Amino acid sequence: MTTSDPIALVDHLFRKQAGQMIATLTRTLGSRHLALAEDAVQDALVTAMQQWPFRGVPDNPEAWLFQVARNRALDRLRHGKMAADKEPAIKRELAAIESPSDAPMLRGELPPVEDDQLGLLFLTCHPSLAPDARVALALKLVGGFSVGEIARAYLSQESAIAQRLVRAKRALRDEQISFGMPDPADLPARLDSVLDALYLMFNEGYAATSGDQMIRDDVAAEAIRLARMIAMHPAITAPRAFALVALMLLHAARFPARVDSEGTLFLLREQDRGKWDQRLIAEGMRALDRASAGDRITTFHLEAGIAACHAAAPSWEATDWTQIVELYDELLALTHSPVVAMNRAVAVSRVEGALSGLAALDAIDNLAALDRYPLLPAIQAELWREAGDADRAIACYRAALGLARSGPEQRWLTSRLSLLV
Amino acid sequence: MPKFVLLLRDAGRFDPNMSPAEMQAIVQRYIAWRAKVQQNGRAITGHKLHDKQGRVLNGAGGAMKITDGPYAEAREVMGGLFVIEASSYDEVVELTRDCPHLDFGSIEIREVQPT
Repeated sequence: MTTSDPIALVDHLFRKQAGQMIATLTRTLGSRHLALAEDAVQDALVTAMQQWPFRGVPDNPEAWLFQVARNRALDRLRHGKMAADKEPAIKRELAAIESPSDAPMLRGELPPVEDDQLGLLFLTCHPSLAPDARVALALKLVGGFSVGEIARAYLSQESAIAQRLVRAKRALRDEQISFGMPDPADLPARLDSVLDALYLMFNEGYAATSGDQMIRDDVAAEAIRLARMIAMHPAITAPRAFALVALMLLHAARFPARVDSEGTLFLLREQDRGKWDQRLIAEGMRALDRASAGDRITTFHLEAGIAACHAAAPSWEATDWTQIVELYDELLALTHSPVVAMNRAVAVSRVEGALSGLAALDAIDNLAALDRYPLLPAIQAELWREAGDADRAIACYRAALGLARSGPEQRWLTSRLSLLV
Repeated sequence: MPKFVLLLRDAGRFDPNMSPAEMQAIVQRYIAWRAKVQQNGRAITGHKLHDKQGRVLNGAGGAMKITDGPYAEAREVMGGLFVIEASSYDEVVELTRDCPHLDFGSIEIREVQPT
């Protein structure tokens, strides 16, 4: 290995392998040994970090890591067995994990990782956990993200994420939730629990525009990867999973146009549509086609439909706003969400004019829920400006500035305000 | 071609809760540096030293003293050694100047005396 060392590792090798190894070890050992699997995998990665710089990267890094993780798990099990009692079950586990056929050293002999990852995803997204706990646990265990990275992606405190993870793992253990795909009878409800978590994983990262952009893009990419894996799995075949994939891809296609290198924010209306990722749009449209196979329309279908209208439009002005208003009407009927109602009002203003949009905003049920939301006064400001009422527009921009959470939001609002004062 | 031993010590500045991505980034920096040494036509081999404490033996004055070391407290996460074949100290120093290990600790370079 002196002359032909690789110059670069595969992108995200450690992160991907962490999730796969935890999944495979948890399948082998059972979900009650989840913490042991996690520790063994962390040990294996640390060992690689210590040894590869000196020895060079092994020919098959994935198998090397898995072998070390497996041995570390075995050490920990043996140690635990001495400390606790001599359970026959543990002996069987030891035998299973020690058998030579279970010691993959060649790439082709590695375990079927996708099924294992799905098994772990169903465990970490169990309905008994709160949605935000599912998101954190899935990112940590399936995605290979650290507590610090999860906290940065969601602009939270590390201690809050760490505590959420501890509670979630304790709940899984106390309720003896098992690893693996659910029974067919439970699949619809369990699937909803996973899809809701993936939606949140994607959206919460996507929504924020301040802080660590790179980690948020990674989190969004992980949500897409997991949603694709669910949608494509032969045992699942759920149109709503394809709808979720479609909505993620159609939003992700616009990522490159949202913020420039200076961190300036571009709203949909101002984005350079030439920067949209046409490959993702095409894949999103195909996923939306497959989502229409069922007869049930979910919020994912409607949101993907709205995103598809935008993706297909050559410009903000030439967008099919009538169709978008219809989709928002259906979405509002399903969700009763004030945020949906607010976005619907924007679409109404494109069809019927700024004053109709403002009236639609005033008519939102539970408008008070949006009190701390800078987008509401920002939209009102834009509509008053369009309607020719500069004074009201200025007042609304100032109100929005008072609520803005991030640098890019503040810069955008300040620049809009400076056009009027 | 003269051989040089590089002794890498670290000052225990590693965060034990590093993420997989952060660990990979560290490995990546070292292997990129190894590749650069090789691209300069220089052979390099290495050994990781165990991160448990070593022993320092001192026989001065007739009474043997054995201490844990060289660092009594810090765990040397990235302690190890490289052997590089190069033409001179100057060349090895030049090759080692951008070794990522320097962000974590020190590197002592010694030429192996030919027999």
